[in-house]
Amino acid sequence: MTNKVISHGAAKPHAGGSGPSGSGVSPGGGVPPRADTSLPSRAAAAAVLDIEAIRADFPILGREVRGGNPLIYLDSGATAQKPRQVLEAERDFYTTHNAAAHRGAHLLGEEATDAYEAARTRVAAFIGAEPAEIVFTKSATEAINLVAYAMSNAATSGKEAARFAVGPGDEILVTEMEHHANLVPWQQLCERTGATLRWFGVTPQGRLDTSAIGELINTRTRLVAVTGQSNVTGDVPDIGQIAATAHAVGALVVADGAQAVPHRAVDVRALGADFLAFSAHKMLGPSGVGVLWGRRELLEAMPPFITGGSMIEVVRMEGSTFLPPPERFEAGVPAAAQAVGLAAACDYLDGLGMASVEAHEHALTGHALEVVGGIDGVRIIGPLSTEHRGGAVSFVVDGIHPHDVGQVLDELGIAVRTGHHCAWPLHRALGVQASTRATFYVYNTHEEVDALADGIRQAQQFFDGTRGVVPLGRQSGAA
Amino acid sequence: MQLESMYQEIILDHYRRPHHAGLREPYDAQVHHVNPTCGDEVTLRVTLKDAGGEPAIADISYEALGCSISQASTSVMTDMIIGKTVSEGMQASAEFLRLMQSRGEGEPDEDLLGDAVAFEGVSRYPARIKCALLGWMAWKDATARALDGLGQDQSSGE
Repeated sequence: MTNKVISHGAAKPHAGGSGPSGSGVSPGGGVPPRADTSLPSRAAAAAVLDIEAIRADFPILGREVRGGNPLIYLDSGATAQKPRQVLEAERDFYTTHNAAAHRGAHLLGEEATDAYEAARTRVAAFIGAEPAEIVFTKSATEAINLVAYAMSNAATSGKEAARFAVGPGDEILVTEMEHHANLVPWQQLCERTGATLRWFGVTPQGRLDTSAIGELINTRTRLVAVTGQSNVTGDVPDIGQIAATAHAVGALVVADGAQAVPHRAVDVRALGADFLAFSAHKMLGPSGVGVLWGRRELLEAMPPFITGGSMIEVVRMEGSTFLPPPERFEAGVPAAAQAVGLAAACDYLDGLGMASVEAHEHALTGHALEVVGGIDGVRIIGPLSTEHRGGAVSFVVDGIHPHDVGQVLDELGIAVRTGHHCAWPLHRALGVQASTRATFYVYNTHEEVDALADGIRQAQQFFDGTRGVVPLGRQSGAA
Repeated sequence: MQLESMYQEIILDHYRRPHHAGLREPYDAQVHHVNPTCGDEVTLRVTLKDAGGEPAIADISYEALGCSISQASTSVMTDMIIGKTVSEGMQASAEFLRLMQSRGEGEPDEDLLGDAVAFEGVSRYPARIKCALLGWMAWKDATARALDGLGQDQSSGE
């Protein structure tokens, strides 16, 4: 067994930024600039993470679950756990600054507004964007819907918005490996407008198949929507290549960053996409807030999706005009505490260093491919190499339905995802009904990966008719 | 151990060797039901007969893709209600639903449910209740269609 220790780079404190001291993030206070935002994603040196110190920041990892087992949380691809620095930042907002941002003339309103806007600046720095390009939404799903609905609203929104309008004869290109959140909104856009939906297929290994790119991206293509990392197979498509081809024919590119932004450094200027959607809760932040990044000139020309308070310029009974972005896309009282929590999550991740986060997950993924993929009767749904691959390891166990695998793992205190993971067409394309998925993050250990493999073997024993002979239980040494 | 209380031997037996499996002709109604959270699916056919002026279940045939709980539950259900009147089947179905919603606190009517009491442990795991109900819901839907003379389910096919 290799990969027990990440062996490159010098050790550094496990978390800088807001720091493990837990002094609370001061909303509206100085935001540490990100040193490497202009560098390509893998340029920063990876350091060895102090996983034990990181784990101490996540109170939930200390609890016991079924059977009195300590929790082994391998479902961060669904939602990540939260460090106390994030929880404290939210709490600090509510206990000292809470008010409706962008409203009211009182002191708290001012502080809440400052905290919310500082969070925007912090998130912008995390992905190398300008603050005005960061739209807070409720989720990555809403961020993608925002673009899709802005495009259908474009037909009735004047000359400036006309470039976003689509109709019969136009093509929207997606991929067969998308999460439903980056598929269904585009299907619906096509149904509303008469545009045609087309898609890239997948290879039997669960990689995006771009071999037909020359035909699929053509002069009719108006938009390409593609994931930054498959939430099932872990494949990391080459968005740069797709975007270059799309831009050559004047098409827009939407990247679903929900599984990418939490796990590696993403610089929107180097990414190639025009829009990037991601959610806070998958990157150690709170649920209830997501982000749409869009190129400034595009957001400026785009009509709104959700309308109402705080996105308007002038309202008369006969009609209204709208504010510039990002406010144009943020109707209603914003989720300021959640945005502040997201900013604290950015601090926490940058404190670790995204290169180090990526290296840690890379090592865990390699280990899982080896020990899970090496079990007789287990087949990995996705690439077997860690090249251009993130830490989603999905698999099928011969003769045992994923629900039943998940149930045995749960009994052992191991939390995994089972089913189609909101990627039904991908499962269909790969010829499987459903799968079991383990996903990794900063707090996971190699021992937990070993416990997963052991749990799968126990599930095999449990369901092969010899149950009772081998009682379920964690092997000693497992975390 | 909790897990063993859920995966009773009788459940595993039905899972390994499901009863009345396969699709048969003729039938009065066919439905296709899916569990949207996991993609499990069942295609189920119902054939009715007349039992002294009351509709009764002559046959239930099915093809199912799913976990041990959904497969076994469908299999046990066919054992229980083939040959019964529709009203007896509906009564058993209501009792089974009540058991599934009991969060492990149910006192199932063994006379009514027979082998289906083995699924009591499933009710402690809310995420699995839909698995246990998949076949039952399909049967109720198919039977309602058969009684209405609707025959083939047009809406929920692939």
